[in-house]
Amino acid sequence: MMSKIIQSAALFDTAILGTAVKDAVLKLNPMTLARNPVIFVTETAAALVTALWLRDMLMASGNVWFSGQIGAWLWFTVLFANFAEAVAEGRGKAQADALRRTRTDTVAKRLVIPETNDRIFSKVSALDLNPGDVVLVEAGDLIPADGEVVEGIASVNESAITGESAPVIRESGGDRSAVTGGTTVLSDWFKVKITAAPGSTFIDRMIALVEGAERKKTPNELALSILLAGMTLIFLIAVVTLWGLAGYSGTMLSGTVLVALLVTLIPTTIGGLLSAIGIAGMDRLIRFNVIATSGRAVEAAGDVDTLLLDKTGTITYGNRLATAFLPVPGVTEKELAEAAFLASLADETPEGRSIIALCKGSYGLREPDNTTEFFNAVPFSATTRISGVDIGTRSVRKGAVDAILKHVAMVANAAPAAFRDAVDRVSRTGGTPLGVADGNRLLGVIHLKDVVKPDIKHRFAALRAMGIRTVMVTGDNPVTAAAIASEAGVDDFIAEATPEDKLSYIRNEQKGGRMIAMCGDGTNDAPALAQADVGVAMQSGTQAAREAGNMVDLDSNPTKLIEVVEIGKQLLMTRGSLTTFSIANDVAKYFAIIPALFVVTYPELGALNLMGLSSPQSAILSAVIFNALIIIALIPLALKGVAYKPVGASALLRRNLLIYGLGGLIVPFIGIKIIDIIVAALHLA
Amino acid sequence: METGIRRLYGFSTAEQDWKSYTLAMLAFNALGFLFLYGLMRLQGVLPLNPQGFGAVPEALSFNTAISFVTNTNWQSYGGESTMSNLVQMMGLAVQNFLSAATGIALAVAFTRAFARSGTASLGNFWDDLVKSALYILLPISIVLAIVYVAMGTPQTLQGSVEVTTLEGAKQVIALGPVASQEAIKQLGTNGGGFFNANAAHPFENPSAWSNYLSIFAMLVLSAAMPFMFGRMVGDERQGRALFVTMFLFLIIGTGIVYWSEASGNPILASLGLDPVMGNMEGKEVRFGLAMSALFAVVTTGLSCGAVNAMHSSLTPLGGVVPLFFIQLGEILPGGVGSGLYGILIIAVLTVFIAGLMVGRTPDYLGKKIEAKEMKLAMLALLILPLVILGFSAVAAMIPAGLSSLANAGPHGLSEILYAYSSAAGNNGSAFAGLYANTNWYNTTLGIAMFLGRFAYIVPMMAIAGSLGAKTRIPASKGSFPTHGPMFVGLLSGVILILGGLQYFPALALGPIVEHLLMLAGKTF
Repeated sequence: MMSKIIQSAALFDTAILGTAVKDAVLKLNPMTLARNPVIFVTETAAALVTALWLRDMLMASGNVWFSGQIGAWLWFTVLFANFAEAVAEGRGKAQADALRRTRTDTVAKRLVIPETNDRIFSKVSALDLNPGDVVLVEAGDLIPADGEVVEGIASVNESAITGESAPVIRESGGDRSAVTGGTTVLSDWFKVKITAAPGSTFIDRMIALVEGAERKKTPNELALSILLAGMTLIFLIAVVTLWGLAGYSGTMLSGTVLVALLVTLIPTTIGGLLSAIGIAGMDRLIRFNVIATSGRAVEAAGDVDTLLLDKTGTITYGNRLATAFLPVPGVTEKELAEAAFLASLADETPEGRSIIALCKGSYGLREPDNTTEFFNAVPFSATTRISGVDIGTRSVRKGAVDAILKHVAMVANAAPAAFRDAVDRVSRTGGTPLGVADGNRLLGVIHLKDVVKPDIKHRFAALRAMGIRTVMVTGDNPVTAAAIASEAGVDDFIAEATPEDKLSYIRNEQKGGRMIAMCGDGTNDAPALAQADVGVAMQSGTQAAREAGNMVDLDSNPTKLIEVVEIGKQLLMTRGSLTTFSIANDVAKYFAIIPALFVVTYPELGALNLMGLSSPQSAILSAVIFNALIIIALIPLALKGVAYKPVGASALLRRNLLIYGLGGLIVPFIGIKIIDIIVAALHLA
Repeated sequence: METGIRRLYGFSTAEQDWKSYTLAMLAFNALGFLFLYGLMRLQGVLPLNPQGFGAVPEALSFNTAISFVTNTNWQSYGGESTMSNLVQMMGLAVQNFLSAATGIALAVAFTRAFARSGTASLGNFWDDLVKSALYILLPISIVLAIVYVAMGTPQTLQGSVEVTTLEGAKQVIALGPVASQEAIKQLGTNGGGFFNANAAHPFENPSAWSNYLSIFAMLVLSAAMPFMFGRMVGDERQGRALFVTMFLFLIIGTGIVYWSEASGNPILASLGLDPVMGNMEGKEVRFGLAMSALFAVVTTGLSCGAVNAMHSSLTPLGGVVPLFFIQLGEILPGGVGSGLYGILIIAVLTVFIAGLMVGRTPDYLGKKIEAKEMKLAMLALLILPLVILGFSAVAAMIPAGLSSLANAGPHGLSEILYAYSSAAGNNGSAFAGLYANTNWYNTTLGIAMFLGRFAYIVPMMAIAGSLGAKTRIPASKGSFPTHGPMFVGLLSGVILILGGLQYFPALALGPIVEHLLMLAGKTF
């Protein structure tokens, strides 16, 4: 449900735009704008020009029409910057509203004596629950608040937060005990001990995060703001002193043109878009169903050097699948396949089904007629670890190697050398061998393999090109782990990994100055999740894990760690590219304004009017208009982010420099010229 | 000898953090200032004063003492007619060594911030100072001085010699311990000449060969600094990238100046002057256009400030290059030591702006550039425009500033701009034309020199302290590459655009419009 809402929030929703326009005006309040020094200076400048315009109006001096237009466009500059921020926030607010609808006032069944089995409860509002209260939740009930299941087991529909409609099981004890307020119990019942006070539940925190209520400047954003403020000061010096230097040359510059020069030079483009870029970065994660607890975490994701990936589910499919048949001499592959096929018909485990699939796919076998009375299936059982079929007197079996040997009444050493060889070959490569027997005859071995996802090697290669190391974490023994590691193309692996191993691996890497990302769901993952620079907790995991990480993945899909890193990088790249663009823009603005300011005193300076702008006033006005419009033009880019491709840093830099550096130099020359033509045609200046 | 000096002064060589290092440096320079100021004020009663000069006036003493302590060597006076041999040798020459040694020490300390990982200590100021002076500056300048003598530069304690010229007239020719002064003046990128005419004077710079030697001596240490940086941080490519950036500017700048000078002045050509020689006004015939152009660019790219031609007489475009190079902060390749830490600050800024474009928070050589470093870097970068443009704007409006001008129109503005740029950039070369020995100019230029040096150094050292304490992140394919042509291009772009944005309006009203006026045939 939620994810549908999220995905439908298009880049420019008309409802969001409407609110954003209103918010843009409200944000003119200087107290709020002071957070953003560049735009604050712009607003001050706009106020100053407006005051000068009023003075000119009253005293009927100066060029009222000109300073009025400059003033208006300066106000537009501020409004456009506010609008960018408001649009980014608006998209978050739309999502927060969707979440808030799930937080309807629920009635909770608070148990009076939780320790006993008599289920006596009093109905209270969910808002009156306190941490420590135990509530009963039965089929059809909404879970009133976050908590831990202390007794019972039930299936829960968590689509309100994950968007995934398949129910999940929640039970007391273990790693599946956390429940989230706002989700619905579908069947059975359990008792939940409330862990979060009203207003501080998971959903509440998500709403706050999505809305940006707790938004603080991230470290890099802060550093960038300082750079922008510093540049603003430098240009302030350049513009204020220009008044003196111009005075020497016999030009009295008016306040209006000096202010216009200042505003076009200070980095208003990036200054106006900076916070929108940050909000949009978190927003992109949310669209991806990952919620970051802080912007700092998103930024850290871009810096990650090492990814700690769980093998199961991320690198491999999680189930062992049959991949090959290794017959002993005297038996053909086809014969072995047929026997294995028959023996697996009664095996409903994923392994058994994978054998059937392999036989059908690669050997063209069809289901035999199993309706005859001679056909007697022997289903797989965990105690015998064997499945098979008896057809008349013929008995076909397949199963774990030692179980099969036992079945044919043979000690391991007595088995044919070819059979033992095949078993060894499979084990050495990290696979699992299954024996196949027809009567007392050993036919061969089925190779079961932990199958690596087909595209994963490619993705790891891409990560390596980005300078990111991948480390596989698995509970397998070192032999199996090494085989899978080399097949998947990871850089390193931790075999037989305990939570302590993960933690110490992370600490070691961090000591060397590296940044680590990992994901986890169990309570024993919590210390490592907390230690990692980016810790993505699975929504399906325990409360402890969700508290420890700095991101929560609502889809509980560990592969997403890779995308999280990419989103982090995209955020940083967008910031850098627009900063470069903004600074590069200034060159053209100088060539528009400087000749315009002094052409009366020194007509020769007209040589610097490279764009051939029609008049000095038109030149200044065009530069100011361009400066305002470029903010609007770049909002989509700020929200969508600069395209990221997993290539090396040099290639990325070359590409972005070309587009945003060189583009930043050239675009304003063209833009200002076009605006000048329009301004001249409309006789605006 | 090193231990002897250490014992004599009783300083320890214990490691210092950035605060103690900087405080030691400031205390040492304050003492140097007081000593030099005292020496000049008491010149009249002290020995080794063959010409019998009286005390140097207060404002001039203040200006000169700051000038030599800050490695600027701006001279509002004529050396041969103001300073006794004692002041020249014990005061000015000593500061020539010490200010250069201070620069080297600071550059080494700043480099250590990148070379070391996770430590607050940046070395020991006294140790670095003594080693720089004793093992680098002193031996090379002794050799240089001997070569200068061999080329005909005088080295004597005699104040002057009276000769009878061919026409039979008597002429007094100033002499002195010139060769030893000349050696350290060039080597330490000081630039304060023994004579008023500086390196255009035949005793300071007798021949084409001595001119080459001077250029080499100016360049050698500043050019070596980036290589030292590369070695200390364990990656020589990093130093090479900085070096290439510096020399790219130097070579292109020389080209522009030479082209502009060789094109000559169309106004003079229209008056019937043969333009084949180019613009030879203010240049020595024994050096010619090419060597004058090279010298002018090197001396300004370097913060040396020695001159062998009058920069005021350069064509407007030829004059823009030296002026702009000074305004870029003396990093191309800048003064001894100061050039290195100057360009490193810009490198840090470059990495911060462009580094984000590779999708990582920026780091330079594995040291993260964060809010604190940015704050300090912006503080350092604000100093130059504040001082240069601020003082210039005031001087361009008040009578005390305007009365010293020799020229009206844009050229006068260029004179003012050049003076404050030269002082704040710790260059010390003069555009000439501006009479700077007034209370207004002596005082404000003194303040400009002081701020240009120390108000820059303190935040710079604070950055060193902050970076040194950080762990060095190992480089990977995802790291921002800070060697190779792309970084050279990027660094050059930032230097040019950042510098251009700050000074373009001022330059447009000075030399640029002057150039356009010259083309249009207008004079003032």
